[in-house]
Amino acid sequence: MISLTSPVETRAHHWPAGAKLAALCAATLVLFAVEDPAWQFAFCAGMLLLYALPGRAFLRVGLGRLRMLWPFVALILLWHLLTDDFGVGMVIALRMGTAVGLANLVTMTTKLSDMMGVVRWLAAPLRRFGVRTRSLELAVALVVRFTPVLASKGQMLSLAWRARSRRRAGWRIIMPFTVLAIDDAEHVAEALRARGGL
Amino acid sequence: MERNLTMIALFAALIAALGLIPKFTLGFGVPITAQTLGVMLCGTVLGAWRGGLAALLFVGLVALGLPLLAGGRGGLGVFASPTVGFLVGFPIGAFVTGFIMDQWRSAPVGLAAGVASVIGGTLVVYIFGIFGMMMTLNKTVVEATLLVQAFIPGDLIKAVLAGFITSGLAKARPASLLSRA
Repeated sequence: MISLTSPVETRAHHWPAGAKLAALCAATLVLFAVEDPAWQFAFCAGMLLLYALPGRAFLRVGLGRLRMLWPFVALILLWHLLTDDFGVGMVIALRMGTAVGLANLVTMTTKLSDMMGVVRWLAAPLRRFGVRTRSLELAVALVVRFTPVLASKGQMLSLAWRARSRRRAGWRIIMPFTVLAIDDAEHVAEALRARGGL
Repeated sequence: MERNLTMIALFAALIAALGLIPKFTLGFGVPITAQTLGVMLCGTVLGAWRGGLAALLFVGLVALGLPLLAGGRGGLGVFASPTVGFLVGFPIGAFVTGFIMDQWRSAPVGLAAGVASVIGGTLVVYIFGIFGMMMTLNKTVVEATLLVQAFIPGDLIKAVLAGFITSGLAKARPASLLSRA
């Protein structure tokens, strides 16, 4: 399944995921503590520099991921232009951009398996209390496997609808779609039990 | 046990798959994605705990870096963006939806599911969503509400649809409607 990890191999890909996440938490705390626009400008520039370091392809993909923020940036700047405290709006927009940019950077340089490693480590105390965390890992695997399966079944449903009707398939196909998901869940549960269960 | 696990996993996958199928437009031109409908269905079909866990699993996988949100978004960046509140609200909204379904057994399935979806899947999710906007954009309650109000009618319609769909499921697969089992 497609993930958001960057195919461009960077040095940060080999850093421990836990350290990257801890650094991200610290950086975000600092971002929200500082109110000075000059510092926020510097942070934002630093964030952009980090994107630029691994090369042009990485920069383009990375900035593409931040595109969804533009409506919010525009809205905030416009809002504060009208209520004439533009400096505050600038700080809010810069801080938001930097925080999202840094978080996205961690996602782009960390493989799903490394992230799962951190989850397993965080769940370790639960194991001591007798919680079986292996079922969590099985659940994650099932979601990763069945999302594309369900999506293609949904596409088949909508094709079947279009073969019979001139109107577009609307919300009506969601009921049979959910029935398909329920049936799959029952079958997989039966298969798991047949193989000795959890 | 196995059944609980696969139901939770498959409904998390259902939320993701509903975000992948193209947007559909309601009669009067409001484009909506079906993703939040999936969150409501988690609650109405699976009940409070299982439904909440399914939505939590979905949100957790988004955090781990899978592009499961509508439009192929995902990763940790989403959790720093203004829409973070909605994402945090998904598991709690699904839980509340399921809780109302569990408790209000005297009502017909469709009615209970519709009302539960309005309260859990819309009201609760929007409370968290608006709070998230207040935090990230530094706005007051009124200002943040103004920003999201355009989407509220679409979500109310989805809650009504969740009622219809759940009552259909109760007829098609009565044994699998865990919230009423």
